Amino acid sequence: MSDPTSGSLVTTPPPEQPGIVADTAPVDAGLPKAKRDKPRGLLGDAWYDLRRKPLFWISAGFITLFVLIAAFPFLFTSGSPTSGSLSRSLEGPGSSGWFGYDIQGQDIYSRVIYGARASILVAVSATLGTVLLGGLVGVIAGFRGGWVDALLSRIADVFFGIPFVLGAIVILFSLNPRGAGSNEWKIMGLVILALVMLTWPVAMRIMRSSVLAAKQADYVVAARAMGASNTRIIFKHLIPNCLAPVLVYSTILVGAYIGAEATLSFLGVGLQSPVVSWGVMISDSQQYIRVAPYWLLFPSAFLVTAVLSFVMLGEAVREALDPKLR
Amino acid sequence: MGRYVLRRLLQLIPVFFGTTLLIYWLVWSVPGDPFAGKCGERACPDSYIQFMTEKYHLDDPLPVQYIYYMGHLLTGDFGQTFGGRDISEIISQAYPNTLKLALVGLTIEAIIGLTAGILTGLRRNGFLDNLVLVSTLFLLAIPTFVSGFLLQFILGVQIGIINPTVSADAPFSELIVPGFVLASVSMAYVARLTRTSIAENSRSDYVRTAVAKGLPQRRVVGVHLLRNSLIPVITFLGTDLGALMGGAIVTEGIFSINGIGREVYRAIVTKESATVVGIVVVLVMVYLLMNLLVDLLYAALDPRIRYE
Amino acid sequence: MSNVYVADQPEAAREGRPSGRLLEVEDLRVEFRTRDGVAKVINGVTYHVDAGETLAVLGESGSGKSVTAQTIMGILDTPPGFVTGGEVRFHGKDMLKMSGEERRRIRGEGIAMVFQDALSALNPVFTVGFQIAEQFRIRRGMSRRDAKKRAVEMLDQVKIPNAQQRLNEYPHQFSGGMRQRVMIAMSLALDPEVLIADEPTTALDVTVQAQIMDLLADLQRERHMGLILITHDLGVVADVADRIAVMYAGRIVEEGDVHELYAKPAHPYTLGLLESIPRIDEKGQQLRTIRGLPPSLLNIPSGCPFHPRCPMAQPICPEKVPPLLQLGPTRASACHFAEELVQRD
Repeated sequence: MSDPTSGSLVTTPPPEQPGIVADTAPVDAGLPKAKRDKPRGLLGDAWYDLRRKPLFWISAGFITLFVLIAAFPFLFTSGSPTSGSLSRSLEGPGSSGWFGYDIQGQDIYSRVIYGARASILVAVSATLGTVLLGGLVGVIAGFRGGWVDALLSRIADVFFGIPFVLGAIVILFSLNPRGAGSNEWKIMGLVILALVMLTWPVAMRIMRSSVLAAKQADYVVAARAMGASNTRIIFKHLIPNCLAPVLVYSTILVGAYIGAEATLSFLGVGLQSPVVSWGVMISDSQQYIRVAPYWLLFPSAFLVTAVLSFVMLGEAVREALDPKLR
Repeated sequence: MGRYVLRRLLQLIPVFFGTTLLIYWLVWSVPGDPFAGKCGERACPDSYIQFMTEKYHLDDPLPVQYIYYMGHLLTGDFGQTFGGRDISEIISQAYPNTLKLALVGLTIEAIIGLTAGILTGLRRNGFLDNLVLVSTLFLLAIPTFVSGFLLQFILGVQIGIINPTVSADAPFSELIVPGFVLASVSMAYVARLTRTSIAENSRSDYVRTAVAKGLPQRRVVGVHLLRNSLIPVITFLGTDLGALMGGAIVTEGIFSINGIGREVYRAIVTKESATVVGIVVVLVMVYLLMNLLVDLLYAALDPRIRYE
Repeated sequence: MSNVYVADQPEAAREGRPSGRLLEVEDLRVEFRTRDGVAKVINGVTYHVDAGETLAVLGESGSGKSVTAQTIMGILDTPPGFVTGGEVRFHGKDMLKMSGEERRRIRGEGIAMVFQDALSALNPVFTVGFQIAEQFRIRRGMSRRDAKKRAVEMLDQVKIPNAQQRLNEYPHQFSGGMRQRVMIAMSLALDPEVLIADEPTTALDVTVQAQIMDLLADLQRERHMGLILITHDLGVVADVADRIAVMYAGRIVEEGDVHELYAKPAHPYTLGLLESIPRIDEKGQQLRTIRGLPPSLLNIPSGCPFHPRCPMAQPICPEKVPPLLQLGPTRASACHFAEELVQRD
C-alpha cells in the first residue's frame, strides 16, 4: 500500500539545484499530454486508480480463482470429496492424492476444492444479507432521524451487544442442535442467518453515519430546494455518495465471514458433515495434527489465502475510493 | 457533560433488557426436553422436574419467565445449574481468568500495535512500513483458531518453550502466548488505524501551525500530532477490551484456560440454559458498561465532544 | 527581540550588498510535482519588507502568494513542492541554505505567521492558554506560572475581554474574530521582527475584518514590525499597506507605493482589478470584469502569462516574457507597455 504523499511535512530541504533554470522561456516543454478530456466520476476515477495497483490484480486474480473453484469444482479435481477408502487413511501427500488423505481415507485435495464452495457461498450470501439489511435500516434511520432513528439505533444496539462468537453459538445451537441431521442447505442457511443477525448493526451504523453526513451536504439541500422528492433524493443523491464505505466494508466482510464460518465449524456449531468446508476440515484435523499435519495445513492455507485476497481487495478499493489520496 | 452521561445511561437500559431478553428467548426456546441428559443416564425423577419447573417458572409464558429471572438476577441470585451448583460461583471462579487473559491481550495489542502504527505513520514507504503493512494484512486474515492452533503446536509441542495448555490458576506468564493469539487480529487493526490516523493528521493545519511556531519536531509530533491522532485508537482499544472479555471462547478452548468462555461453551452444549443466560447477562452488562466508559473517555480526550 | 542575526550584517555590508533589508525574497522559484505534471507555481518572485512597513501581496487564488509565504517560513509541503531557485534572505542571510535547526529558531522569534482559518490552524484539543503559553515555556524556558501570566498579557494585547477566564477555553468555544485574535496573540508571543498574515480576514465578516485589520496595524506600529499581508481583497489593503506587490501566475506583475498604484496602475491586470470594484456612482451600469480565467499552472501561457485575458495584448505579448521594469524608485511593472499605461489620462 503506497502513500503518494510520503515525506515529512516538518522540514523543507534546501533547493534542489540553486541557480539552475534561470530562463524565462515558456514553461510547456516536456509535459505529458492531458490524459483525458472529459471528467470521470468518483467511481470512474477509482477504477482508473484501481487498474494500476498490483495489489488489486493479485487479489482479484485469487478471488476469481476461488470463485471458479467454488462454481466448477469438477474442473479442478476428478476425485470425490466424500468417497474414501479406509485403506488410504492418513496417507501422506503423493502422486495420487496431492494433499494426502484424512482419517476416513478421503482425498484432502478434493475436499479442499469442494470445500471452497460452501465457504465462499456462505460468506458471499451472508455479506449480501448483512449489507442489504443493515444498509436499508441505516438509510432509513439516517434519513428520517428523530424517533425512527432512535428506535432503530436501539434495536441495532441490542444485537450489537451480543458478543459475536457467543451469540453465534447460542443461535446455532438453539435453532439447530447437534446431531439433528438436517440437510446441507438448511445448515448453510442457518449459519448465514446467524452471521447476518449478529453483524447487521455494523453495516447499519456505517450507512447511517454516511447518510447523516451526506444529508447536511449542500447538494442535498440544493436538490430539495429544487423540489426533489424524498425517494429521488435517497436513490439518486444519498446512496451513490454513501456507497464508498459500504463497498469497502462488504469486500472485507466477505473475507471476515470466510474466517467466521471456519471458526464456527471449528467449534462444532457451524457447518457439519455431510457439508464439506475448510472449517470442517480444520476442525476434524485437530486430533491428528501430529501424525497428519497436512490435513490441517492445506485447508488452512486455502482459508488464509481466501481471506487475505478479500482483505487485500478491500484495501485496494478503499485506497482507490479515498478522495483524500488524490 | 453531565447531560451527556445521563443520556447515555438512559440509552443503555433498554438495550440491556433487550439483549438479555433476546438471549433468554434463544436459549430457553431450544426445542426438545430441557431435562434431557441432566440426571445422568436415566430420566429425571418427577419430583425433580416439578421442583425445577416451579423454580424457573418453566410453565409460564416466556415474558413472565424472563421477568422472574431478571428479578432474581438483580438481587444477585443467578440461580443454580440443573445439578445444583451455584451459577454465581461458577462465574466468580471463571471470570477472573478471562479478565486476566483479556488484559494481557490488550496490553500486547496496545504496545505492539501502537509502536508499529506510530513508527510507520511517521515514516511511510520505508522497509519497516512495507513490513508492517504486509504482516498486519496476514494477521487480519488468519482466524484466531488457526493462529492459536499453529502457535500452540509450534511453540508448545514442536519447540516446547511454552506449556501447550495453561495451568489451572492461569498465571500471567503462561497467558502471554494465548493473549497474543487472542489479540492478533485487533493488533493488526490498531497498527493500521494508528498509521492512518497519524498519516492523515500530519497534513493538518494545526501541525503546520506548530511547525510555524518554531517548536522542535519532537514536540510537534510527540505532543500536537499524537494527542490528536491517538483519539480514535484509544477509543478503539477501550471497546476492544469489552469485546475481548466476551469473545475468548476459541482461545480459552485451545489453550484450556478455565475462563468464562469455556464455561459458557460447556453450558451451551450441555443445555444448562440458566448458566448460559447468567453468563451472557454478565458479559453483556460488562460490554455495555465498557462502551459507556469509552464514550466518556472520548469526551475526555476530545473537548469538542464535551460541549454538545 | 532576538539579535542573533545582527552579527551577520557586517558580513553583508562587506560583500557590498545593501544591509538593513529585514526580509528579502529574490528570484524565488518553486514547482509542484504532481501526477498530472509539473506545476510552476512560483516563477521568479522578488520582494522585500523592512521594519515598520507593511507590504501587501495581492493576487487571485493560484497566483502563488501563499506558497511564497510558506517557502519563507519553511513549511512548504515537500513533496510535492520543491524550491528550484532563488534566495530568501533574513537579515542578509539566505535561509534556504541554513540548517533545519537554524531555520526553526527563526520561526516564531524572527518571522511569525498567521493563517486564514483559525479554527483548523489551532489545535482543537488544547486550550488557547496552553497553546500561547507553549511558546514561552518551550522557546523561552519559562515556568508554567510565568508563561501563563504572559499568555494572559498577550490575550489582553489583542483585546480579548476576560482574558484570565478565556485562557482555559478551547478554540471551538471562540467566535471567528476572537479566534483570529488568539492566533495573532500566539504569533506575537516571541516578539517576531516580521509577521506574515496569510489572508487573515478572508473567513470573517466585514465588520470583524475591519477590527482585525486595525488590530494588526496597531500592533505593527507598536512593535515596529515588518508586516507582509497576503490577500486577494483590494479593499482590505488600501488602509493598511505601504507598498503593494501584485502577483499573477507565480510572478510579480506590478509593485509600488500604495497610493501611486491605486491612482495610476501600471499593469493591465492591476487596472482590471481596480476597475472591477463595484462603485456606487456607477449604479445601473454593467459590472466590469477581467474576462477569462486564471491559467492552470501546469500549462502557463507563453510570454506574458496574462496575455490571453489582456485587453491591450499585442503580438509581442505571447512571444516575450516582459521583465519587471523599474518605472521609478518605488515602482515596477512587468508589462511591455507599462510606460504607456502610466502616462495615459
